[in-house]
Amino acid sequence: MTFKNPVTTASGCFGYGEEFKDFYDLGLLGGIFVKAVTGSNREGNKYPRMAETPSGMLNSVGLQNKGVDNFCKVIYPKIKNFNTEIIVNVSGSTIDEYVMVAERINELEGIPAIELNISCPNVKEGGMAFGVVPSTATKVTRAVRDVYKKVLMVKLSPNVTSISEIAKAVVDGGADVLTLINTLLGMAINAETQRPVISTITGGLSGPAIKPVALRMVWQVFKAVKIPIVGLGGIMNATDAIEFMLAGSSVIQVGTANFIDPMVAPKIIEGINEYLDRHNIASARDIIGALKVC
Amino acid sequence: MKKFAHDFKVVTNNRLNTRHFVLELQAALPLPEILPGQFVQVLVHNSPPTFLRRPFSIHFVDYAKNTLRLLVQVKGEGSRHMGLLQTGDNLNLVYPLGNAFSVPSSNKVLLVGGGAGVAPLMFMGDYLNRKNLRPDFLVGFRSGDEVSQIDEYSKYGKVFLSTDDGSMGEKGFVTQHSVFKQTPLPYDRIYCCGPDAMMHAVSKLAAEKGVPCEVSLENFMACGYGVCLCCIVQTDKGNERTCIEGPVFDAARLKWQSNG
Repeated sequence: MTFKNPVTTASGCFGYGEEFKDFYDLGLLGGIFVKAVTGSNREGNKYPRMAETPSGMLNSVGLQNKGVDNFCKVIYPKIKNFNTEIIVNVSGSTIDEYVMVAERINELEGIPAIELNISCPNVKEGGMAFGVVPSTATKVTRAVRDVYKKVLMVKLSPNVTSISEIAKAVVDGGADVLTLINTLLGMAINAETQRPVISTITGGLSGPAIKPVALRMVWQVFKAVKIPIVGLGGIMNATDAIEFMLAGSSVIQVGTANFIDPMVAPKIIEGINEYLDRHNIASARDIIGALKVC
Repeated sequence: MKKFAHDFKVVTNNRLNTRHFVLELQAALPLPEILPGQFVQVLVHNSPPTFLRRPFSIHFVDYAKNTLRLLVQVKGEGSRHMGLLQTGDNLNLVYPLGNAFSVPSSNKVLLVGGGAGVAPLMFMGDYLNRKNLRPDFLVGFRSGDEVSQIDEYSKYGKVFLSTDDGSMGEKGFVTQHSVFKQTPLPYDRIYCCGPDAMMHAVSKLAAEKGVPCEVSLENFMACGYGVCLCCIVQTDKGNERTCIEGPVFDAARLKWQSNG
């Protein structure tokens, strides 16, 4: 598959795209990774679900969504004609659930790829549990690979000792593309009340606070595997996006920044073009993994 | 409804008392239609601890001057920085966000506000006046030195006042005010905005008296436009977003105890 430009929006930070139609033409985007879809309805975690932290935020939404049946029947018809690539983030508590959701999404003509979410830190079962052990990461990827016929992306968790090892395990399972990173497991405490700020005590850290970690992981994975990388983690502007591309990302996702500036993604597209012009670089492809290390 | 993210210019920064101030902000482009109960998300510049935007109810809209006003209570770093803004400074807003108070069918309406929660009631009062309706206001403050803008509210309707310490108006919380001692309560609808505990208490009283009540919530949120799913509130329909399905909810639909 191809993207019209390398700027896409991250799952969980852009709804199903519909909410941003009030701000700009979604056709400007390279693609939209829509909110995670699970086998059945999930109410998600209790309020409060977020905490503001230095240069970032913690969230613990818990994959709130109405399930794959509702996605196919109600949401898909509304978004399938957006003039951009729509990729569905697929999540679950069991391998059977991932497989079931992937099979259903496979039937949707307008969806060229799925992003397997084996890295959500905010659910009791499944999610990140699949993404932190190489053997289970391979197993769930392979099970989905067997039923899913289009582009299979797998979103990795940064909460591991060796990101390269997990990346290789997922490639062994048959992934076509790797997305990294999901949120870092973190915690916020209110000293005055002596209580955790969010209901689940721990949550996923995102925003500029995690950018150096994400860049490092993209670079390590770029060197470790041969398949394309979708990079994300604290991208707030075009310069951040270019750094991720230099580290080895073919495509980048804008996540938390969408909460602060709803217009940020089109601004990043414009900023990348300005950068390419200024450096006399013909195409954004030319900077993928072009980091000069010697 | 179309939404925007634009810089506004500070026209005035009017300090009401030690903890509250009103910013009047002028838009560069003509303001779209804005309804009472809607809010904006403010980007606070030069305040590193303030990573996310801050939601504020729209306090007043003046289409002739192309301005809107925000009533701000100094709570943390973000609001403290907003208090330092001067005439001519820029402030970036995402607007207009959320739903709105319903339009009542009669004159017999009570607008109840507490502290900075009075913010949307001034706009609502003006809006109702334009529809030839005159509401009553019941506003509560901590003490007399925080009582402000009573003359302004009085332009739009009759004002009842209470302070926690009794230094102005009746002593006690708004729910203890003599307005609520009337039986039957002479109102067809109550609109309420303020601290959670106050809104819960008012909605309970309203339910006891059989008067429909709408409350404007201020749950923590990241985005303000429906995608982060952090500001959810439990209602009779499950989890709903304060920023899209709200901030105004029919109080009878809310499951208060579980709101944290």
